[in-house]
Amino acid sequence: MKRLRSASELEELRKSLLAGRDPSQPMIAVCSTTGCSASGAKTVVAALQRELVSQGLENKIGLKATGCHGFCERGPIVVMYPQKIFYQQVKEEDVPEIVSRTVVNGEVVDHLLYKDPTTGETIAFEEEIPFYKKQMRILYANNGKIDPTSIEDYIYLGGYSALSKVLFTMTPDQVVETIKRSRLRGRGGAGFLTGRKWEVARQAPGEVKYVICNADEGDPGAFMDRSLLEANPHSVLEGIIIGAYAVGANEGYIYVRNEYPLAVKHVGIAIEQAQAYGLLGEDILGSGFDFHFRISRGGGAFVCGEETALLASVEGLCGEPRPRPPFPAVKGLWGRPTVLNNVKTWANVPHIINRGADWYASIGTEKSKGTMVFSLVGKINNTGLVEVPMGIKLRELIYDIGGGIPGGKKFKAVQTGGPSGGCIPDSLLDLPVDYEALTKAGSIMGSGGMIVMDENTCMVDVARYFLNFTREESCGKCTPCREGIERMHQILTAICEGRGQEGDIEWLEELGHVAQDAAFCQLGKTAPNPVLTTIRYFRDEYEAHIKDKKCPAGVCRALIRYFVVEDKCTGCGLCRRNCPENAISGKKKQPHVIDAEKCIRCGLCFDLCKFDAIGVE
Amino acid sequence: MEESTVSTVTAVIDGQQVQVQTDTTILEAARQYDIPIPTLCYHPALVPYGACRLCIVEVKRGNVSRIVSSCTYHLQEDGLTIDTQSERVLRDRRVIVELLLARCSNVKIIQDLANKLGIERPRFSLKDENCILCGLCVRVCEELMGESAISFVGRGPERKVMTPFQEATEACIGCGACAFVCPTGAIEIEDVTGKRTMVNWQTTLERRRCRICGNYFAPEVELNRLEGKLDLLKESLEVCPQCRRKLTGKEWLTGIRASPSL
Repeated sequence: MKRLRSASELEELRKSLLAGRDPSQPMIAVCSTTGCSASGAKTVVAALQRELVSQGLENKIGLKATGCHGFCERGPIVVMYPQKIFYQQVKEEDVPEIVSRTVVNGEVVDHLLYKDPTTGETIAFEEEIPFYKKQMRILYANNGKIDPTSIEDYIYLGGYSALSKVLFTMTPDQVVETIKRSRLRGRGGAGFLTGRKWEVARQAPGEVKYVICNADEGDPGAFMDRSLLEANPHSVLEGIIIGAYAVGANEGYIYVRNEYPLAVKHVGIAIEQAQAYGLLGEDILGSGFDFHFRISRGGGAFVCGEETALLASVEGLCGEPRPRPPFPAVKGLWGRPTVLNNVKTWANVPHIINRGADWYASIGTEKSKGTMVFSLVGKINNTGLVEVPMGIKLRELIYDIGGGIPGGKKFKAVQTGGPSGGCIPDSLLDLPVDYEALTKAGSIMGSGGMIVMDENTCMVDVARYFLNFTREESCGKCTPCREGIERMHQILTAICEGRGQEGDIEWLEELGHVAQDAAFCQLGKTAPNPVLTTIRYFRDEYEAHIKDKKCPAGVCRALIRYFVVEDKCTGCGLCRRNCPENAISGKKKQPHVIDAEKCIRCGLCFDLCKFDAIGVE
Repeated sequence: MEESTVSTVTAVIDGQQVQVQTDTTILEAARQYDIPIPTLCYHPALVPYGACRLCIVEVKRGNVSRIVSSCTYHLQEDGLTIDTQSERVLRDRRVIVELLLARCSNVKIIQDLANKLGIERPRFSLKDENCILCGLCVRVCEELMGESAISFVGRGPERKVMTPFQEATEACIGCGACAFVCPTGAIEIEDVTGKRTMVNWQTTLERRRCRICGNYFAPEVELNRLEGKLDLLKESLEVCPQCRRKLTGKEWLTGIRASPSL
C-alpha cells in the first residue's frame, strides 16, 4: 500500500482501480455480515470456493464476501454480477446448481429467487422486490457491493473523495455551514441539529478537541449501526475525519460494544488501511491535517449510549451520566470540547459533502431531513433493515416494505425508538415518520428500532417487558429512575398477575410523569414511554386486567384459562402425554379435559395441538 | 475605587430578586438568600452530583419551563424565573421522598423529610435498607481523602457501595470520613482496643496508641498517610485528640504558641 500524499494521488489510485476492474466480469457476492452468517453464509462461501475450484473457474469468476443487504429474513443472500440476479435463502446444497447453471450457462435458478407472497410471482432483481421498492438507500447503497475489509472497494466507488474535497477546497467553517444547511439531525435519538453541535464545538475555546462515534447500540432488536459498521466501515470513518477537520479535533474515538465482534474487527481493519494510505494519522493526504482515531470497546451497558455516560466510560470510569449543561460540545471528554454523533449521522456526512446540502435538505419533511434506517423486527413478514426517506408513513413501512403481519393476524401496535419508545396504535398508522410527529404521539425516533406487534400481544405485558429492560439497565444513580422504574415494574407485574387494583393506572401515570420530569438523564426520562403510551392508546386492556381479571390477548398466564374445544378434539392424546403437570385426562379418541387446578398455563398443549382444539380465554 | 471584576447574574427565585456571582448554582444562590431547598446528596465541600433529585426546582425561561436539579444547574444568564415550591416540583419531590421512604423505611432523616411533605406511609411495599445511594461516602473518599477505596458496584436495583470485589481493601485508611458524611448513618465503625473495623468495607486496621495516655485513637495507616500529606508536626499525630487539646492548651497558656488552635 502506497501512502497517498495529495488529492491527485487519491484520484490516480481510483482511476487505476477503475481501469483494473471490468464491471462486466462475473462476480458472486455473498452477504457475510452477522445476520446472513447466522443463517449459514460462511458455509455457502466455502462451498462456492470449492465448487469454483473444482470447475476450474476460480480465476475467471470473482467471489466476494460483502456487507448487509438488509433483507435479513431472507438470508443468506447471494447476488450474481453483472446481471445482478438476487438469490435468497441460499443453502450449501444450492451451490453446484448456482455455479453450473448461472455462472456457466447464464440461466436463472428459479427456486432461489424471491417469491412475492401476495402475487406468487418470482422476482429476479433486488430493486424490484417490494421490500426494496419504497426504500431510499443512501447510507446502505453500497453495502452489498463492497467487501468491508477492502479500502480499495470503497475508493473504487468514490470513497474518500468527500474528505479530499473538504481538505483541499473548503475551510472548516464552510464544512460546518454545509452541514448546518443540510439540516442533518442526530441519528442517535434526540435529533439535535448536527451542524449546530459542530459549530458550538468549533467555537468552544480550547486547543484540544475530540470527535466520538457513538456505536453503543443497545436497543433490543436493533442492529442498524452494527450492520453499517460491518458492511461499510469506511463510510463512517470518512464522515468522522471530515467532522474532526470541521471542529478542529486531532483525536477521536469510536465507542463500540464488544458484543459486536465483527463490527469491531471491520472498524479495526478500516483504521489500519486508512492509516496505511495516509487517509488517517499524520498529514492526511498531504494537507497538513492530523487526525488519530482509536477504538474504545464498551462492556455492553445500555446507559453508556447516553453521551455523558459514554464519555465517562471512554475515560475509563464507571459509565454514569454527568450533569448537562455543560454539554459535551463545550466540555466533553477529559473536559475538552467534544462532538459525539451516532454511526448513521457520521455516515451521512460524506454524502452531504459530495452531493450538496441542498440535495440533502430536499429529502424528507420540513424539519426532518434525509433518510432514516430502521431495524424492522417483531411480528412482521420482512424482518430486516430498511432505509427510507423521512416522512414516509408508518403504514407504508409496515405493509409495503415490511410485507405486513405474518399468519394473517391483525396489526396491533408498533414500538419505535427502542425500549424507551412508545407504542403507536393502528389509528396512527398514517403518521409520517419524523422526529416531531413521533414525539407528539408519545414515542421517539430513537436510533431506529421498530418493533411490530400483532393482535396476540398483550400491551400491559409489553410495557412490563420494556420496563424490566430499563430497570435492569438503569445505572442506578438517581432516585426517580432507580426506584421509580423498579416500582412501576412492580405495579405492572402485579397487574399481569391478576393483583392489579383500582387506581393502579393513575399511579403508573404519576410515577411515569415524575420520572420524565426529574430523572437525571434521558434513560430515566424516556423509560416510562412504553407505559404511558400503552395507557394512552390501550387503556381498555389495562382495565380488563385490573377490573375483569382478564388478559384480552391471552398472554398473562395468571389471567387466562386453557380449555379443550370438544368438537375439535380427536382424542389423539398428544397434549395429555406432553402435559408437564399431568393436568390433561381423557380416553383415546374421546375429547380430553384440562384440570384447571393442576394447569400451570404453560401453553404447551395449545402449541402442540394439530386440530386447534385447545382454546384460551 | 477599583471596579469589581466579578461578573454577576440575576434571577428570580420564588418571587424574590437575587443577584449572585455568575456560575453559582441555583441551590447555592437560594441558600445565600435563605430560600430553603431540601437536599440529601449535596455537600458544600464536594462536587455536586445530582443523584437524589430532592433539590429539583422548576426553571422558566419565557414560556418554557422544565424541572432541573438545583445543585447542578449553574446560573450563567440573566432572566430565569425559578420556582422551588411549584405544584409540579412538590408533586415530583413528594414521589421521590415516598420512593426513598419505601426503600429506607426506618431511616430517621427520610422519615422526617416525609413528615414535612405530608407523606404518612408510602404506597409501595416497604424495604429496610439504610443506604440511599447518595454517593457522599464515595465522593468524600475520592475527592477529599484521595483514596477511592469504595465505589458503586452494580447497576439499577443492584447498585450498592462497596470495596473492590467486595473484599477487605488496603485502599481504605479507616479515616471514617465516609461515616461522617453519611446522612443516614449507614456506615458502621467499630473501635475495639487496638483495632478499628470499617464494618461495611470488611476492613480492619491497627490503631495507634497515644504517646501520653496510652489509649488507642486512630488507625496507623491513616496517621502515616496524613503525615505524608499534611505539613503537621509529626508529634501531634502521636497523641490522641484529648491529650493534644491539653498539650496545645498548655503551650498556649505558657506562651509557646500564639493561638489556641493547632
